[in-house]
Amino acid sequence: MLAFITRRLLLLIFVLFGVSVLLFGILMTFSPERRAATYVTSPQQAKDIPKIIKQFGLDDPFYIQYFRWMKEVLKGNMGWSLVASRPVGEAFWNYFPVTLEMNLFAAPIVIIFGIWLGTLSGIHRDTWIDHTTRILAIVGWSLPTFLFALVLLMIFYGYFQLFSPGVLSDQLTMFIIDNPETFTRFTGMYTIDGILNGRFDITLNALAHLVLPVSTYVIVVVALNMRVMRSGMIEELSKDYVMTAQAKGADKKTIYIKHARRNALLPVVTVAGQLVALSMEGSIAVEVVYNRHGIGWWLAESAVQLDMPVLMCICLFMGVVFVITNLTLDILYAYIDPRIRLN
Amino acid sequence: MTQQHPRLREFKFTLYRIFRNPSAIIGFSLLFIFAGVALFAPQIAPPKYPHNPYLMPHKGFSPTPKPPSQTNIFGTTSGQYDIFYGVVWGTRTAFKIGMFVVGIAAFVGVTLGAVSGYLGGIVDEALMRITDVIWAIPTLVLAMAIIVAFGRGLDKVMIALALVGWRWYVRVIRSEILTLRDQDFVQAAKIMGVSDLKIILRHILPNAIYPVLIMASMDMGSMVITASFLSFVGLGAPKGYADWGQMVALARNYIVGPPGDPLKFWYAIVIPGGCIVLFVLAWNLIGDALRDAFDPKLRRR
Repeated sequence: MLAFITRRLLLLIFVLFGVSVLLFGILMTFSPERRAATYVTSPQQAKDIPKIIKQFGLDDPFYIQYFRWMKEVLKGNMGWSLVASRPVGEAFWNYFPVTLEMNLFAAPIVIIFGIWLGTLSGIHRDTWIDHTTRILAIVGWSLPTFLFALVLLMIFYGYFQLFSPGVLSDQLTMFIIDNPETFTRFTGMYTIDGILNGRFDITLNALAHLVLPVSTYVIVVVALNMRVMRSGMIEELSKDYVMTAQAKGADKKTIYIKHARRNALLPVVTVAGQLVALSMEGSIAVEVVYNRHGIGWWLAESAVQLDMPVLMCICLFMGVVFVITNLTLDILYAYIDPRIRLN
Repeated sequence: MTQQHPRLREFKFTLYRIFRNPSAIIGFSLLFIFAGVALFAPQIAPPKYPHNPYLMPHKGFSPTPKPPSQTNIFGTTSGQYDIFYGVVWGTRTAFKIGMFVVGIAAFVGVTLGAVSGYLGGIVDEALMRITDVIWAIPTLVLAMAIIVAFGRGLDKVMIALALVGWRWYVRVIRSEILTLRDQDFVQAAKIMGVSDLKIILRHILPNAIYPVLIMASMDMGSMVITASFLSFVGLGAPKGYADWGQMVALARNYIVGPPGDPLKFWYAIVIPGGCIVLFVLAWNLIGDALRDAFDPKLRRR
């Protein structure tokens, strides 16, 4: 087990190194002049470009520039964000809670719903329950997140005037900006900060703003989880131990819940990494449409405004999250399934 | 009874399995309609600018969408672009994106995966570590970074997605090949002195290709979704280009109508949006049916 974890940790370091080289390589496709141009703010300074290239060594060989950059990144200096007009590292912690909050609410729903629907569909295979859930899953899978989000906004914000886009209503946002001493932002997540500050109206308001984003997200992401659970259930139910349990007179519920579902959960653990990647992609679309200023929104905005440091920072961050998730999942998987541990 | 060639028999059985499935029938009919629209686009919606048929014609510059009328049967979207024309030519764009991206991604992925799985050893190790690296960044995020580096535009979106998309195929085809590599018929071919290339092409790939077909079909859908989102954000098709994602982006500010009539501009979102959903749905239904038909565990039941 220890050797396994060590190997995975080494791989983690290698992947992170690879990701950083890849991203830096993408950045380096810009000519030195174009990269120098980001330091120039007025047309008069344009003649300074050769000087800037010399000063920052923008025409040095790739590896020299790479190590110079890496040194700064390891020191925590990620550069300057045009979109946020502050250092990338600082802005990151400003945007991150918004994304985290949404994922914290959506993830349990996705997991519970996916497992529940998948089990249901697998048990009642080829009945109307199965067909309905499968069709819903395929349709959900075919819905582009941004489009679904727009339609939900159209119906619930436009027609019913129930939920509005954004993170918090304007009055409350203004209140928080005006009274920084009465409302401390402990976590940056309004739902939690509201409770910590004893302002339940803020929590409720933030929750109301979360309803549409979370539902969008769940409906689009749940399909994968469900499908894996379904096929896992079908496969397990056809195995011999189920027949043994039946022969011994175990009731259906015990067979489904205690025997089959436990084994069918294994493949779900393997696709959980994919779920994480999906949810990162999903949060971009959701945040852009619902105008929630989180990581995803920041990324899209930076891509449009050619804010390269932000793109690099977020790619690195997502790489780290993805690799660490997979490492955790691998360890978890080995822990659950003894067959893997023995190999 | 005459004995059929086993491959032919198996192929017929596969077709039978596929078309017994209602989702395949719906999927293929939808696809058939889309393909027809794409093929006959110049007849259905004659281009106003023959040198650049993908440019949507527009009368005037008013930002407010206009409802369906005699001249514009689906109405006009923001900027007075004709929705009907955009939808028809957008079908071509969608096919173009899907086929280009999936074609290149599948070709590169299958080649690399086959080489990696069959040769093993250091080649395999090196290729898999490179794949691990690219695997670590979500498709959309990496595609965005590449587009920013290459510059905007639909062609750049297609290249970026193809550059990212192949990694799926490598892993799938490699794991297929690892199980096939040591089977008796491959060993037999090796002993008979068949060259490696021929073994891969004639004996291994035909047996490993089904998962790729399923994935390619699903990928057609998801790549069109990703491309349309990139157009929606403003990184893809330029304004006025017949692309569904771009048309949704044009209508984005009109999701909520004036007070008293909140759904006034529904057509500007729902028509191009519906096209995206149906197009993706068609491919996903086909992929689902293929999965059922090819899954050896479910096949003969």
